[in-house]
Amino acid sequence: MLVATNLTKEYQSGSSSLTALRDVSFSIPQGDLVAISGPSGSGKTTLLGLLAGLDTPTRGTVVLDGDDITAMSEDGRARLRGAKVGFVFQSFQLIPALTALENVQVPLELRGERDVSVRAQELLSRVGLGKRGSHFPAQLSGGEQQRVAIARAFANSPRILFADEPTGNLDGVTGEMIMDTVVELNRESGTTVIIVTHEQTVAARARRLIRLTDGAMVEDRTL
Amino acid sequence: MQLWRSISRLAWRESRTARRRLLLSMSSISLGVGALVAIDSFAANLTSSLREQSRALLGGDIAFAARRPFTPAADSLFDSLSTSGVQLAYSTNFPSMAVIKRTGNTRLVQIRAVSAEYPLYGQITTEPAGKWRELQTGAHALIDPSLLVALDTRVGDTITVGYARFLIAGTVKDVAGTPGIAEMIGPRVFIPARYLAETQLLQFGSTAGYEVLGRTTSPGVAARVSQAVRPRRRALDISVRTAEETEDNVSEAIAQLAQFIGVVGLVALLLGGLGVASGVHAFVARKIDTVAILRCLGATSRQVLAVYVLQAAIMGLVGAAFGVVLGLGMQLLVPMALSDILPVDVSVRPEPSAMLAGLLVGAWVALAFALRPLLALRQISPLQTLRRDADSNVLKMRWRDAPRLLVNAAIAASVVTIAVLRTGSLREGIAMSAGAGAALLLLAASAEFLSWLARKAVRPRWPYVLRQGISNLHRPANQTRPVILALGFGAFLVTTLYVVQSSLLARFSLGVGSSSANVVFFDVQQDQRPGVDSLVLAGAERLVQRAPVVVMRVASINGVLVSDDRIESTPDGPRARWALRREFRSTFRDTLVSSEKLVAGRWDASTRIGSDTSSISVEQDLARDLRLKLGDIVSWDVQGVPVVTRITSLRAVDWNRFEPNFFIVFRPDALAAAPTQFILTAKTLDAGQTARLQRAIVSRFPNVSSIDLSLIQNTIGKIIDRVTVAVRFLALFSLAMAIPVLVSAVAGARRERVREGVLLKTLGATRAQVARVMLAEYTALGVLGSATGLLLAYVAGWAITRFVFETDFAPAIGASLGIAALMIALTVTIGLLAGREVFRETAMAALRSD
Ligand SMILES: Nc1ncnc2c1ncn2[C@@H]1O[C@H](COP(=O)(O)OP(=O)(O)OP(=O)(O)O)[C@@H](O)[C@H]1O
Ligand SMILES: [Mg+2]
Repeated sequence: MLVATNLTKEYQSGSSSLTALRDVSFSIPQGDLVAISGPSGSGKTTLLGLLAGLDTPTRGTVVLDGDDITAMSEDGRARLRGAKVGFVFQSFQLIPALTALENVQVPLELRGERDVSVRAQELLSRVGLGKRGSHFPAQLSGGEQQRVAIARAFANSPRILFADEPTGNLDGVTGEMIMDTVVELNRESGTTVIIVTHEQTVAARARRLIRLTDGAMVEDRTL
Repeated sequence: MQLWRSISRLAWRESRTARRRLLLSMSSISLGVGALVAIDSFAANLTSSLREQSRALLGGDIAFAARRPFTPAADSLFDSLSTSGVQLAYSTNFPSMAVIKRTGNTRLVQIRAVSAEYPLYGQITTEPAGKWRELQTGAHALIDPSLLVALDTRVGDTITVGYARFLIAGTVKDVAGTPGIAEMIGPRVFIPARYLAETQLLQFGSTAGYEVLGRTTSPGVAARVSQAVRPRRRALDISVRTAEETEDNVSEAIAQLAQFIGVVGLVALLLGGLGVASGVHAFVARKIDTVAILRCLGATSRQVLAVYVLQAAIMGLVGAAFGVVLGLGMQLLVPMALSDILPVDVSVRPEPSAMLAGLLVGAWVALAFALRPLLALRQISPLQTLRRDADSNVLKMRWRDAPRLLVNAAIAASVVTIAVLRTGSLREGIAMSAGAGAALLLLAASAEFLSWLARKAVRPRWPYVLRQGISNLHRPANQTRPVILALGFGAFLVTTLYVVQSSLLARFSLGVGSSSANVVFFDVQQDQRPGVDSLVLAGAERLVQRAPVVVMRVASINGVLVSDDRIESTPDGPRARWALRREFRSTFRDTLVSSEKLVAGRWDASTRIGSDTSSISVEQDLARDLRLKLGDIVSWDVQGVPVVTRITSLRAVDWNRFEPNFFIVFRPDALAAAPTQFILTAKTLDAGQTARLQRAIVSRFPNVSSIDLSLIQNTIGKIIDRVTVAVRFLALFSLAMAIPVLVSAVAGARRERVREGVLLKTLGATRAQVARVMLAEYTALGVLGSATGLLLAYVAGWAITRFVFETDFAPAIGASLGIAALMIALTVTIGLLAGREVFRETAMAALRSD
């Protein structure tokens, strides 16, 4: 269960202030698949950052499974991310110095787990890259990199997965494949998935759609 | 535990792409570590070699010396030592003219008349071999090889010393206990002691050193004898030294020298630290994305820091280890460079303690300086994965960040601690660190100034490439500060070396050049004076000066008798004790000479103070050592006759002038009855005239020695050459040190510059235009960096020459400008090399690569 209450984010630049997000409130039950959409500059990425605890709001709270993450310290939120949260980004964000397999291992290693390579190999196989584990990100195509990123995002069996424009840098067919993987994992593991997108086809695969305009929530409907 | 294993595994894997780059930054530390290891190891080698060879150095377990023939009391002491089983060897040393019979060439040499037992320890090797044993079998002489050239002679010639003749049996190759440079200063001629009388040179009052060396049967005997003789030194009229004392003295001198050079190593280490800091800063900027991802994946800031501190620590250790290896290499080279001026043969061996110390100090300094930029990693927000800020914004740290303040304090404390440990004095250590800190502050300030100037000075009508290049000095992600620091510090080091050297050299050449005489005759006896006078007047252009010399010692000061007990108990330090024991060679005259200046009292030759007290003038440094003031009564022992004097003036004396100078000057009539010798200086037109005059005098008065100024100039020239080589080496070393630091500094802005250059190219700039933009930036950096470095070097050079060497400051303008030009060229080269990708790659490839 993820509950956002009166989320507001203002940016101060010099004397002028800009409100990127204004009084956004909603709650998302465990296991849901939600799309956030809206025009460019409407505050989608800002909202995602707040929900995932990457940033702190000017006002308002985010409560994940009963824990108020807006009240936590940065390192407290990091531990929470390690334990419960997964990420997929538009620009993949794999660590260039690590192989595909090692990239998938990182979240497990950060928690001090043993025998991580077995589990990481399993995850890579699930996204169809079982044989590419020893390749470095630069040796993989965009779609392959994004699948490694998804495998990594699910490595710690997260309660919730955040994705910012996961298909934004991919062609339509590859994007579809990525969404297939995400939807399948959502169904099998019961992980809540929140996807920021402005692509109609991606939003259509969600069960709920939240639409932003100028930092305000203008629509919230179940599909 | 498991977590730590994971972290270190992650650190290792993640370092894959950056190992080489990180190692390059860390190599900034290597030269500094190398210098420290080399200096410490060499000093330790030298000290232990000294311990092994200390008896050869002194010539025995114990040595007695006197400035005049041994007194009967001293002789009976030697007899009793001899009967108690101490083996003795005698050596009498004095300067004299040597004449080659075949060619008539003559030169001042150092005669060493030695007894058959000499040397008691060590060996003297000869060319041809084995000639040392033959020395005592007849009227033979063994000479220093340089005399073969100087006197144009060869083995088998006859050499005349005073009234005696010797067959040159060979040359001495290696005399244990004397450095090679000794030969340069006074070439030696060894003769058997039993022919000494035949030379007839040791007339009363001649300058000679009498030495008795002893070889004891058991250790401890030397120390006991020394203890027993010590309190009676003045009564016996001898000085005494043991091998151990010699070793202690020399070790102490070496330790001081090592400390002094160690300061250079310390500065090198500091400069290396700066290189590490700017290299790691660039490294950190490249890691922002990775760290942001790690943070998203749940890494805490401490875990992130641990990953990179681990990488830096290991690379720092590798850099320091590389420095240790470098130090071992340098350690092998040092004895080669110094073999001529060292009194012992140094056996080179690795010194584990010096190596370990270098490794630890180097790794620690590298880590401490790396920590500063690494701390910025803690605050990289995971938000950077969603929205990436400019590097400089991401890494901007709050000034009052506690860990950062702690690291700053740790760096400062480490530097001071190392400085204090190395200089061996709290005050010097702190002063030295403060000096280095002030230099850094000034450099940082001038970097700020350059940024400010760049912002203010750019004019719209300047050509585009110039505007662009100059603007780069103040725009975000500029490299102005690290480059100015590295460059300025490098220029500072090299220039300081040069200005100090040139000031010291200027002092030598000034002293020699300003003298009006070019040949000096000494040991002229009273009855020889008219003869020598007329020969000089006939054979030289001009007789410049004739100074009478009377030998004397201090008998009492203000009524207090100078005795052994009194000397031992004086609180005034070693210089005062030396002055009370020494034999003064004083003169009398009624005018001041050009190398003297009156600093206190009145120069009044006609003052008579009572019937039996006459006035004297004392050299100011001696007066200070002995705490003498105007009006003090000093009574002298002039070869048995007491002479009472009152100090009426103090003089400053320029000892560097090629003129006879004296500590004590008497009234002319006060010493009328005393046995007097004379020193004459004369001016000749050329070397030929000098040689003819020297020959004429030595053939009539064999005991009169003379020296040619050009010989002294030659000797000084040779010494200066050695010093110059050493300074060049140090300068080259400093320059080599500046290069990795400069590379690290430039690396910081490298990516930005490449990106910008490629962008310019996509927008239609030619390669030449891009190159000129870079040229403008790096030239401006080079000019201001070197200018600041030069300014610092002049301040430091002035302070060093003024307060350490106590001489005038002579700026080496030409050399400084040369160094500045070199530094600017170096900066531009390194800058263009760092940005070479811009020229090599197509626009697309470079844009994609990052
Ligand atoms: N650090 C910041 N400082 C100032 N303004 C910011 C900052 N970050 C975002 N903004 C502003 O906040 C608003 C919302 O930005 P946000 O990135 O959330 O939009 P978005 O919906 O993700 O847009 P897009 O679809 O283009 O990615 C924008 O107007 C943006 O300019
Ligand atoms: Mg966005």
